[in-house]
Amino acid sequence: MIIDLHVFWFLMLGVLLMGYAILDGFDLGVGILHPLAKGDQERRVLMNAIGPLWDGNEVWLVTFGGALFAAFPDVYATVFSGFYVPLMLVLFALIFRGISIEFRSKQQSQRWRNFWDYAFFASSLLAPFLFGVAVGNLMSGVPIGPDKEFSGTLLGLLKPYPLLTGTLTVAVFALHGALFLHLKTEGDLQQRVQRWIWTSFGVFLVLYIITTMVTLFYLPDAARHLRHSPVLWLVVILNVLAIANIPRALYFHRAGYAFFSSCCTIAALSFLFGVALFPNLAVSSLSPAWSLTIYNAASSTATLAIMQNVAFLGFPFVCAYTAVVYWVFRGKVEVGSMIY
Amino acid sequence: MLTIRLDVESLSRLQFALTIMFHYLFPPLTIGLSVIMVIIEGLALKTGDRVYENMARFWTKIFALNFVMGVITGVVMEFQFGTNWATYSRFVGDVFGSALAAEGIFAFFLESGFLAVLVFGWDRVSPRFHFLATVLVSLGGMFSAVWIVVANSWQQTPAGFHIAGQGAQARAEITDFWAMVFNPSSADRLIHTLLGSFVLGAFFVMSISAYYILKDRHLEFARRSFRIALFCAFFSSMLIIVSGHHQAQVTAQTQPAKLAAFEGHFRQTSGPAPIYIFGIPDSKNETVRFGIPLPGLLSFLVHGSFNRPVTALDEIPPSDRPPVAVPFFAYHLMVGCGMFFIALSTYAMFLHWRGVLFEKRWLLWVFVFAVCAPYLANQAGWIAAEVGRQPWVVYGLLRTSEAVSKTVGVWEVAFSIALFSLVYVLLFGIWVYVLDNKIKHGPQEEV
Repeated sequence: MIIDLHVFWFLMLGVLLMGYAILDGFDLGVGILHPLAKGDQERRVLMNAIGPLWDGNEVWLVTFGGALFAAFPDVYATVFSGFYVPLMLVLFALIFRGISIEFRSKQQSQRWRNFWDYAFFASSLLAPFLFGVAVGNLMSGVPIGPDKEFSGTLLGLLKPYPLLTGTLTVAVFALHGALFLHLKTEGDLQQRVQRWIWTSFGVFLVLYIITTMVTLFYLPDAARHLRHSPVLWLVVILNVLAIANIPRALYFHRAGYAFFSSCCTIAALSFLFGVALFPNLAVSSLSPAWSLTIYNAASSTATLAIMQNVAFLGFPFVCAYTAVVYWVFRGKVEVGSMIY
Repeated sequence: MLTIRLDVESLSRLQFALTIMFHYLFPPLTIGLSVIMVIIEGLALKTGDRVYENMARFWTKIFALNFVMGVITGVVMEFQFGTNWATYSRFVGDVFGSALAAEGIFAFFLESGFLAVLVFGWDRVSPRFHFLATVLVSLGGMFSAVWIVVANSWQQTPAGFHIAGQGAQARAEITDFWAMVFNPSSADRLIHTLLGSFVLGAFFVMSISAYYILKDRHLEFARRSFRIALFCAFFSSMLIIVSGHHQAQVTAQTQPAKLAAFEGHFRQTSGPAPIYIFGIPDSKNETVRFGIPLPGLLSFLVHGSFNRPVTALDEIPPSDRPPVAVPFFAYHLMVGCGMFFIALSTYAMFLHWRGVLFEKRWLLWVFVFAVCAPYLANQAGWIAAEVGRQPWVVYGLLRTSEAVSKTVGVWEVAFSIALFSLVYVLLFGIWVYVLDNKIKHGPQEEV
């Protein structure tokens, strides 16, 4: 192979995470925006827009979990047991997100529907917030000892920087969800979706600028690779261009292009998260020597090689399935054939 | 005696049991049901008959509900090894993690992606493509079973690995991937698990169909569904006994302590070993009370000879012995259910051959409730397999007590158990409620 196996698996996990953020990102974003919809009909349209897709999108996260377990078991063990309570809350949020879509419209009762609407919103908000908090913690460092065990506390995870990245994640998903809805809706609802886009874009932009500055100021290490490999600036430039292209595409009434731009934005942000981490997977705040890296936390090279073959064999199929399903479900939500 | 200790290990085991048992209500049903859906949709495509299409649409709806429940509860499983069993995860990541990752890549994307086509694609894709999607979802479910059963079987009969590192750093690393995949128990366990799923799917369809026939509703729909399911149930229950027998022989070789626990075989008598049709194992006095033994039958089933001794629990060091009561009862319950499937489906096949199947109202009532038996059997089989493996989490290599997370506290696990219990009770209630609605609504167009 041309690239090191450890690096390959770092990239592969990055691809799975990126795929999850882009795909489930708009599902969660739609959930965050859901309370803004007026009346039962509109709420149903929003749920039906993601109805056929959320479950397949969540598989990216599940596979990410499995791949992390296989390739970097120490990270899987340390981070998941260390972030026990937040991770459990993520799982509950994902459970409630799924069942609220599934069960909301099964009954006429207003109380039943209100309950699931609330659950749908709260869970769609909580999950990305906690994902963002986890990202912030992994970047800024958590207490990991020489035994590779986490020795911090729950409250220790809720520092300002992770809270900021958590909020940014919510904002970018809300924007992404709004752009997705713009593709899926028509008429009056679509008009109002446009207003949601502008609001969420404003919020996202402010948070993006703050986060970038705070990161450069407080975590100068995060930008170390940018100083050594100028080619990585291309991603930064692409990121800025993609963000700038969202209002531009909307101005020219090219909704698909705008959505594509937010996909690129999320891809670039995920990539930069990877750049900031590499070659670490979880930074130790106690000593750099105790950080979990792609080398000291990995499975045996034999396993990494076998699993590389599995990935080469399986991943083209994954892309093909995803493409087929998205092709089948292209176009607007058809109000007449709503299931949820 | 059963004592409940409030430590991280006990609570984590309780949580794992709770979450996996709840999860396992759904995958075997969807695997079994998907096979019947493939048959029905194949017939619909071949004959162009509206009744078959109605059947396909109805069972797809039921399938989708259960599939979503399986996905939702399954996500928990993918992360729980890391949260509660971090030491285990470090030890087996190489092997067990690989199987889970393969499951994700080969199975989950396939089934979840095409599920959307199955449920929402009736008017968007051609009937042929829809049929293809049904086949792919069904295959996806089975691929998923392959990898998760491989992972579990490796815990029971580890192969294709070596131990690298010392002390706390020790871990299992793959040396031979195919030996790991085809470890001594995976093929048998996979076949048994799949057949168990087919039986459940078939009894589930027969239960709802029998209910419709009794209520004089959707008769044509119900009779055809029942017949197809009956064939599946009959053949699967015949095969599952054969597969179970073979599996017990493998267990005798690879995990003798487990088989001894299944059979309440406490003491070595150097002679024929019996099978107890019924009994209450008494671990303190190392005997089975109120037992109804069939002398020598265990020896015969294991060795093909009525006289050869079978390894007993007193030949295993006390610290390596599994508990007896739970595996014994679970195993006997499973076998009992298996016999019940054979008896019931054979009798129904006989009546079907005579052409009087749908006239026996009492039998249809039995079928309405008989679906509980395969649910019980599937749960009991896994309880027997998992508790029978104790005190090991990886047989002979890693003890369950050494496998838990070191950084997780009692209260954290208590918190998550409380939340899981609450959510799962709610989920279960809703599942029953929605399923009941769908069944009452029946196979015609939905409002």
